[in-house]
Amino acid sequence: MSTTLSLPTLTTKDLTTDQDVRWCPGCGDYSILAQMKKALLGVGVPREKMVFVSGIGCSSRFPYYMNTYGFHTIHGRAPTFATGVKLANPDLQVWMVTGDGDGFSIGGNHTMHLLRRNVDIKVLLFNNEIYGLTKGQYSPTSRTGTKSKTSVTGSIESPIRPLTLALAAEATFVARTIDIDIHNLVAILQRAAAHKGTAFVEIYQNCKIFNDDVWAYATDRTMKSENLLYLEHGKPMVFGKNRDKGIRLIGLKPEVVVIGKDCALDDLLVHDETDAVAASLLSRMSNPEFPEPVGVVYAVRKPTYEELVQQQIDASLAKKGPGKLADLFESEDLWTVE
Amino acid sequence: MSAIQELESVTIRFAGDSGDGMQLAGTQFTNTSAILGNDIATFPDFPAEIRAPAGTLPGVSGFQVHFSSTDIHTPGDVVNCLVVMNAAALKTNLRDLEPGGFLIVNSESFGVSDLDKAKYKISPLEDGSLAGYRVVRVPITKLTRESVAECKLSPREADRCKNFFALGLVYWMYERPLEVTMKWVREKFATNPQFVDANIRALKAGYNYGETVELLPVQYRVAKAKTAPGTYRKITGNDALAIGLAAAAKLANKTLVFSGYPITPASSVMEALATPDMRRYGIKVLQAEDEIAACGIAIGASFAGAIGVTATSGPGICLKAEAVNLAVMTELPLVILNIQRGGPSTGLPTKTEQSDLLQVLFGRNGESPVAVIAPCTPGDCYEMAVEAVRLATQFMTPVYLLSDGYLANGSEPWKLPDLATQKPIVINHPTAHNSEGWTGAGHEVGEGSASQYLPYKRNEHLVRPWAIPGTPGLEHRIGGIEKQDVTGNINYEPANHEHMVHTRWKKVEAIANVIPDLAVTGDLDADLLVVGWGGTFGSITTAVERARKQGIKVAQAHFRYLNPMPKNTAEVLKKYPKILVPELNSGQLCWLLRAKYLAPAEGLNKIQGKPFLVSEILSAIEKQ
Repeated sequence: MSTTLSLPTLTTKDLTTDQDVRWCPGCGDYSILAQMKKALLGVGVPREKMVFVSGIGCSSRFPYYMNTYGFHTIHGRAPTFATGVKLANPDLQVWMVTGDGDGFSIGGNHTMHLLRRNVDIKVLLFNNEIYGLTKGQYSPTSRTGTKSKTSVTGSIESPIRPLTLALAAEATFVARTIDIDIHNLVAILQRAAAHKGTAFVEIYQNCKIFNDDVWAYATDRTMKSENLLYLEHGKPMVFGKNRDKGIRLIGLKPEVVVIGKDCALDDLLVHDETDAVAASLLSRMSNPEFPEPVGVVYAVRKPTYEELVQQQIDASLAKKGPGKLADLFESEDLWTVE
Repeated sequence: MSAIQELESVTIRFAGDSGDGMQLAGTQFTNTSAILGNDIATFPDFPAEIRAPAGTLPGVSGFQVHFSSTDIHTPGDVVNCLVVMNAAALKTNLRDLEPGGFLIVNSESFGVSDLDKAKYKISPLEDGSLAGYRVVRVPITKLTRESVAECKLSPREADRCKNFFALGLVYWMYERPLEVTMKWVREKFATNPQFVDANIRALKAGYNYGETVELLPVQYRVAKAKTAPGTYRKITGNDALAIGLAAAAKLANKTLVFSGYPITPASSVMEALATPDMRRYGIKVLQAEDEIAACGIAIGASFAGAIGVTATSGPGICLKAEAVNLAVMTELPLVILNIQRGGPSTGLPTKTEQSDLLQVLFGRNGESPVAVIAPCTPGDCYEMAVEAVRLATQFMTPVYLLSDGYLANGSEPWKLPDLATQKPIVINHPTAHNSEGWTGAGHEVGEGSASQYLPYKRNEHLVRPWAIPGTPGLEHRIGGIEKQDVTGNINYEPANHEHMVHTRWKKVEAIANVIPDLAVTGDLDADLLVVGWGGTFGSITTAVERARKQGIKVAQAHFRYLNPMPKNTAEVLKKYPKILVPELNSGQLCWLLRAKYLAPAEGLNKIQGKPFLVSEILSAIEKQ
């Protein structure tokens, strides 16, 4: 029976549960769910080894719709449950689904520590810049001035930049993609799946009901080419409808230039996924001043948390072998009463 | 040569500044006495501040050890011999010294500034206020410095040997050998030979000083206790918990994932589990970013098929409540050790209390049944840690284990468990091919489509199967939203919710079928039953023994299982017209017994951050 479940026969239907999907019509989550299933067909992991862990919020219903193992946990704490799963059984492929409120407000602390530990978990941040499930309050990624039920005259707070924060927390894989850019989304999910270590993926996700069109500049056919910078490792940073614009670095400041007018193609910044400083600069480029980077911003291989745990266990076992009950009891000075 | 006088038991307290090494001196005296064959019970008492300003009252640290030729259960009500290293230690500890007791004073710590810091106007050594005690003045600082003069230590290092001088002196008074401590010093300072030399010189100098100056006309001897044959070690409650968890992992043949966040007085459990040696027992320790994370990591590990454990104290229990409720809802095994301390809020971090009983029973939203157990001695912490893992995995439930600061840091001789009687913890996870066999009973894939696994189809004990990720064909989703019975699908139906609430309660109540009855000891036909739970066992037992020696008829029962309570609880309580419930809180078990069983329970309550004195319970028994 298990052979029928393993690859290469896995289909998107195998990954679909019998539960009705309850997101609002037009929600960006539908596309992410569909692309997730497609992406998983190509990652070479049988579905019984996949675990989806989520917190609370619209995005966190995701595990119910994936016919894999799934754990819908509590608000903000998904990184902790996911860490426990991976620590207990490193053979599992663990995906974590979170939102901007779940991951960066109530769960900000856990997100930071998950990233710094480099536990091999794929983190998908569905960023819609709003609290959807609680019906429309501003979130930690809402732009200053966002009008919502709890910021009626406009938010007075500065938003978090998820990529900048992930990089600051020592993430080893940081990427951005967009709910309806289905090719890029599949590609990025597969890159995340292949990464050993915590993979952080920000997904621009539209909330049709409470924050519609917040990403219009990045999704509208007429505007997106001017507003997005698709990153390719080793390639100069070129963007624009006519591929005539690029990013150049002056000192430590990026600037938008017109190729052939302001400078030559060779003068543009070349994307290097392993450059942490460049990644940090990219992570701070935002609309409307800059095109916003899409793709893999940063990716390096470092030992994962669970690999290091196993190394320590192996070292102890190599030294003294598996523990015996008697040794456990006799770890202090003993005396005998006749 | 001084004469020898035999004593049945003695209580010594070492008290000094936090930096004076009193915990170490006390521990060494304890180890020596235990290995010599005395029964022992200890009570370390230290401030929350790591190093309060030297010489001040808040900086005083004490370690009390009761050693005996008979069976004892407490660290002693009154101190027979008090060793004080400075004026502040005298001020804060004198009230516990018995009239006529020995007071060994470092006479050089009573200068003007010492007295000032201890808030003495006149030196107690001069004003006659110590006339009721046998005061032994010893210039400990000077003698210590002289003894280590050849060791090339800095004056500061030399002064740090004072505790060994004092220890040597007390070893002479109570006729103890020096070997156990010398061996420890050699191992501890193996890389610093000059410290080995200095500490041993100070220890011997203290001993020889007693002998040479014939400090006292007599030496005292406390003979070996008549204890059951076997091999023993000394154990503290927190060490016993760590050993119990490791043993449980071994007995279950499972990985145990422990995640904690540093908090007094629970940290030493995590420290004991985080050693390289413990890694050989299938233990993985993760020090989490906070208390919530620690609980989440443990639950995630349980979902994936490991034994998830976390440990904390009151403030951490508050933070973990929501995560624990997820384990209640998803019916996953989880062990939460609560090493109780004085509350509320930060409260008394280093002091003991039993005030979290109602919190762990009721301190979560919704109808939230969990199992609650409580060890009653440091050694019992081993057995109850194993029991917590057993119950959590057999019943798919969170289990709270309530220890306290007194059990955690207190120590007693512990007879090593018989390896042959350590029962395996049998855990079966369902598989696609062998769908019977999760913990306890058979499981059918059952209703629904052929491939549909039913995560909430229960066995005869109402326990759901524990299918773990990685098992082909049993893919399923769980979460904190109310579920449909059997399928586990999200469900908001009114009748289903009520049914599930009842079912979760019934499942936890079913644990009563597998736990021992509440045992009654003493005079079964007495009118008075003294009922306690957890760490007060030693004080209550001693008080009941003394009352009975005085001819008072009294029975005793002690709860180690608090939810569910043993099946015979109602029957036991019914037999006694008078029930006295001593607790280190304002009456939490008492409240439960009255509410659940309409029992005529009366509380004896102490909320001072200190354990009961035997005399306090005894006098309450006498008044009944």
